[in-house]
Amino acid sequence: MSAAEPPAPSPAPSSAGPRHGRRLFVIWLVLSLAACLLIWFVWKPHLPPGTMSDAARHQQFDIAVLAVSAAPVVIFVLLYFVYAIVVWRARPGDDSDGEPTYGNTKIQATWIVGTTIIVLWLFVFGTVELVVPAGAGAGQGPAPIWKLDGATSSTWTPNTNTMLEVQVIGQQWTWTYRYPQFGGMESSELLLPVNTPVEFHVTSLDVIHSFWAYQLGVKADANPQVDNVAYVTAKALGSVTVRCNELCGIWHGAMYNYGHVVPPTEFQSWARGVQAKEQANGILAALPPYALTYDPTVIPQMGKNLIKIDGITGAAGYYYPPSDPVTP
Amino acid sequence: MSVTARAVSLLAAFLVVAGLATFVAIYFIGGASAMPTVHYAASGGQVNVVLQEDPQNDSSSKPDWVSYYVQDPASQNWVHTTLFSVPAGTRVNVTLYGYDGCTPLRNNYFSQVQGTIGNTVTYSQFDQHGKEYVTDKTTQVINAWSDCNVGHTFAIPGLGLYVPVASPNAELSANNLCSESPCTTSGNPYAKETFSFISPAHAGVFRWQCLVPCGGGFIDGNSGPMQTLGYMMGEMDVVSS
Amino acid sequence: MAIETQQDRTQPAGGPPLGGPGGVLRPWFLRPGAHLGVLCAAVGYLLGHLLGNFLSSTYAQNALSDQNDIPVVLGYTFATLGWLAGLGVFNDLGRQMLGRPLLAEVRMGGGEAGLSKYFRYTLDHKVVGIQYLYGMIAYFLTGGLFAMAIRSELLSPSRHLLGPSQYLMVVGEHGTMMMMMMSSVILGPFGQYFGPLLIGSKRVAFPRIEALGFWLTPAAYVILLSGVLFGGFPTGWTGYEPLSLQATTGEDAYFFAFGLMGLSMILAGFNMIVTIINYRAPGMRWSRLPMFVWSMFTVSFLQVLAVPVLVGACYMGLMDRTFQTAFFANQLGGSSFLYEDLFWFFGHPEVYILALPGFGVIAEIVSVFCRKPLFGYRVAAAGMLGVGILSFFVWQHHLFDSGINPDMRPLFMLTTELISIPTGFIFLVAMGTFWKAKIRFTVPMLFALAFYFNFLIGGISGVFLSDVPADTTEHGSFFVMAHFHYTIMGGLIFAFMAAIYYWLPKMTGIKLNEKLGKLHFWTMFIFFNTTFLPLFALGLMGMPRRVFEYARNLETLNDWVSISAFCLGVSILIFLINFVMSMLFWREPEVGNPWRSRSLEWQLSSPPPPENFKRVPVILSSPYDYGVPGALPVADLNPPPGVIGAAYAGASGVPSGVSGVEA
Repeated sequence: MSAAEPPAPSPAPSSAGPRHGRRLFVIWLVLSLAACLLIWFVWKPHLPPGTMSDAARHQQFDIAVLAVSAAPVVIFVLLYFVYAIVVWRARPGDDSDGEPTYGNTKIQATWIVGTTIIVLWLFVFGTVELVVPAGAGAGQGPAPIWKLDGATSSTWTPNTNTMLEVQVIGQQWTWTYRYPQFGGMESSELLLPVNTPVEFHVTSLDVIHSFWAYQLGVKADANPQVDNVAYVTAKALGSVTVRCNELCGIWHGAMYNYGHVVPPTEFQSWARGVQAKEQANGILAALPPYALTYDPTVIPQMGKNLIKIDGITGAAGYYYPPSDPVTP
Repeated sequence: MSVTARAVSLLAAFLVVAGLATFVAIYFIGGASAMPTVHYAASGGQVNVVLQEDPQNDSSSKPDWVSYYVQDPASQNWVHTTLFSVPAGTRVNVTLYGYDGCTPLRNNYFSQVQGTIGNTVTYSQFDQHGKEYVTDKTTQVINAWSDCNVGHTFAIPGLGLYVPVASPNAELSANNLCSESPCTTSGNPYAKETFSFISPAHAGVFRWQCLVPCGGGFIDGNSGPMQTLGYMMGEMDVVSS
Repeated sequence: MAIETQQDRTQPAGGPPLGGPGGVLRPWFLRPGAHLGVLCAAVGYLLGHLLGNFLSSTYAQNALSDQNDIPVVLGYTFATLGWLAGLGVFNDLGRQMLGRPLLAEVRMGGGEAGLSKYFRYTLDHKVVGIQYLYGMIAYFLTGGLFAMAIRSELLSPSRHLLGPSQYLMVVGEHGTMMMMMMSSVILGPFGQYFGPLLIGSKRVAFPRIEALGFWLTPAAYVILLSGVLFGGFPTGWTGYEPLSLQATTGEDAYFFAFGLMGLSMILAGFNMIVTIINYRAPGMRWSRLPMFVWSMFTVSFLQVLAVPVLVGACYMGLMDRTFQTAFFANQLGGSSFLYEDLFWFFGHPEVYILALPGFGVIAEIVSVFCRKPLFGYRVAAAGMLGVGILSFFVWQHHLFDSGINPDMRPLFMLTTELISIPTGFIFLVAMGTFWKAKIRFTVPMLFALAFYFNFLIGGISGVFLSDVPADTTEHGSFFVMAHFHYTIMGGLIFAFMAAIYYWLPKMTGIKLNEKLGKLHFWTMFIFFNTTFLPLFALGLMGMPRRVFEYARNLETLNDWVSISAFCLGVSILIFLINFVMSMLFWREPEVGNPWRSRSLEWQLSSPPPPENFKRVPVILSSPYDYGVPGALPVADLNPPPGVIGAAYAGASGVPSGVSGVEA
């Protein structure tokens, strides 16, 4: 195969060459340093998602490092373009062609190596930031790999390192939360104790939703019949915005509520209070037993009152026609 | 083509496209506001809202969709809409007639009453002959899973209000449900439920929905009437008085 | 390297050149064309609807839901078939099956004067290119109108202009219109038009397939818009199950239109691959191929390999909706993750189908207006191919938070970040080309520079998204929105604008007004950035996509974005005015080579003759040899007989007398 590059010499640094290169390098260095310092010291403390939880803090750090790694690249490219536009524009009346350079192996190789190094650095750093904070608040599916270490127990007591299990149930179009360590009670409010490892189990009863607790830096999709586990430890008291992050139908935009991070003892008394109330009015017994996923069409309590078609109750909307010959 | 011919055809094409775009835009926005809003005014510091939910409705295109109706306070007529307005910071007394049969809730947690005054509802159930077989039962929970007694819910998530709506019992649901619309109390089994809540102090629009998957024929039952204004979801407009 | 040396073998010897065996051209309304297509489409829809009602009226599910998807889907199917039949797509097939002679290839020769050929099933790739151009502009403007509606709704978090289902309908229509139809926005008008011209060919390999690919797009467009009449679809352009299973009839329009557009892409890609491999003129070695052709080549592979997965997913979705299969419904034994995987396996190469042609066009433009050879030609080609190949290995980055197994996350983080390396080659090539160049700031060059600026921001934000921890906050938020608008609108659409200003003189012999062009550029560039740059902040501050209610403290920023978006709409209007006025009224002629480009298409007349080249040219040098003293012209357009063999011999040592010499 014939050579792609005709035998034109690579540009030897003429008297004009180093001037451009050196100029660019110096300006770039100054601007990059300034940008990186600005990003790290001025901007970083205000970067989202804030520091309310360990996952959020790690994400904030991660975004800051990404910004600091990206800023020199962006500045380099932008600076070069501006320089080129200013310095190498065609003067009016000049119709001649530019100096023909087909390539420069050294520059090409440096660029390729340089970008590869940056990419590999980002990969290593990203993996570390993913693994260390137990998955960085992202939903890890039913078999999580990166977990927080907290003791698992069927009851939760404050100020021991017991992991609090919270099940987040998404349904069209509201969030509810179940606490299996408090008898499986369910609540429309999300309360969490501070400084406690929390294990979220996110699931859905109908379509795909996504649990996004912004200040906690947790995002996990809620899929029907799938248990999506995410870990976080809240580090500060305050209010948490919970929004649905996956289009789930008409009121997706209105599917949000507010959670609160409170001191552990206050949390325990709240949870116990809700559990007692639900036990007293009978709703706790009426709920399905706590499970990691639910098939809402299976309702053993309804016995012979249950109209089932092709194994599906009215709670599934009579999806299959009753006259379907396969129906038993 | 001559310049005039080109100009004329350009103008014609522009008018056609603009006309189409305007038609489509009005069809959207017009469609959204084609439903009337029923306005409730306060009397004696309270406001009485009357709603009913029917197994069928009187629209021509979707007659088999379950639907809510709102009663106009002035004319006492049932309006096929789900938009109503209440004054801010007032006690709202809601009377709900449930004509539709029972369906199990998707999440039985919503059998529990939340957000009303006292966290209770009071309901009575009547059969098609008018016999009241459950009288004024005040409860915190109407269990949708143990008996067949819940038809729909009325929920305003923005206010934390979740109310299960009682329905005729299982046997009546299977055999004698109201087949006209809007339904009337004579000749049809129904449940009548009352509850109260305080409307928020600030004006705003609050969406409300049903949490029972009653959209028959759709997977999960959550589409169709559940996702269409005017049927099983609507908006409560809180207006400052 | 095949050369078209023989006449179309279907021309009956000594037969009449026009029309059928009778020799007389029938009146315009009786010959197949778009008018007949519309008629047959309407008839087809009614037939299909009736058939569907007849077949499925006994389904009890319809009695409960009062909706029936089967008549609608069958209606669409028959409507599309009718549309194609009315256009005459099946006529030649029918003739071949009946053993009758095909019509003489007057259509290929462009024998018809006037505008009517643009409304017919024509086999001239240049006519198809112009058809695509008008089509794509129309689709883009429609999608843009929907965008204006979205931004109007987002002016206030509490006062709503649109009802909730109307808003979702508008969001879905905008997204699908843009992502679906714009996949051919550069490949259609410019790829089909200039592909053969740039490689020195008189035609494409499969003109009928190419024309069919175009005529499927208006069908897809109309079907997508018809979803509005059914109340729209609530799933956005991604169509996630089980929500799309739950949706009412409008969702069928989405799946069907997407499937049709997918077919169009597959056909176009297939045709382009064969053309580029087989129809290059002698001397057009792979190392002299213009960069735009490299990008087309890569994208055609992406289309042929990735789009069938989408068509499959759309088909399965339609089956779920019409026949109650359960491919994607978890509750019924299927898997919603399957849909997500199928969709994104297509979806990621799709965004490169959108972006790569932009890279190619801009590379052409940069070289011409810097008057320098393209720096690092091999690196640029490697960049295109690298992006294309890697694009198949990154799709899980859309699914980082979705609940799939997490063990592959670092791997996909790596592959997604690796893709930024070949993407960076594009910048390397540009920067090298700028070194000591003589840059001329014509309107195409301005758009090219803006392309690099926008794509830089878009690409770097992509790196932020590929990082899994950062993605936890950014996924599904307006950050993603800003990222893809920067890469796709800031990249592809700016490249489209550059290509229009650059190539319209060649395609039509008319140039676009330069003053208006510069006004268009500056308004579009400024307002594009003021619209989409704040979206990064909005996303990081917690605003998810596709919502109509958002936190009160974000209202000011949203208002700023909306007003900017309206101004952006005005700038597109300026473009439209420029286009319409220049083409219809001012008609400033531009028939030479105004950009003094060395490229092969500029050596022909504007517009090029119907058969492109009177004689197959022999390519002598690279189109990028600017500033090289004593450079050969790019091609010899009138090679004397016998020279072709010599060209082969000189280049590769093959003895002359090779078969295929044109007499």
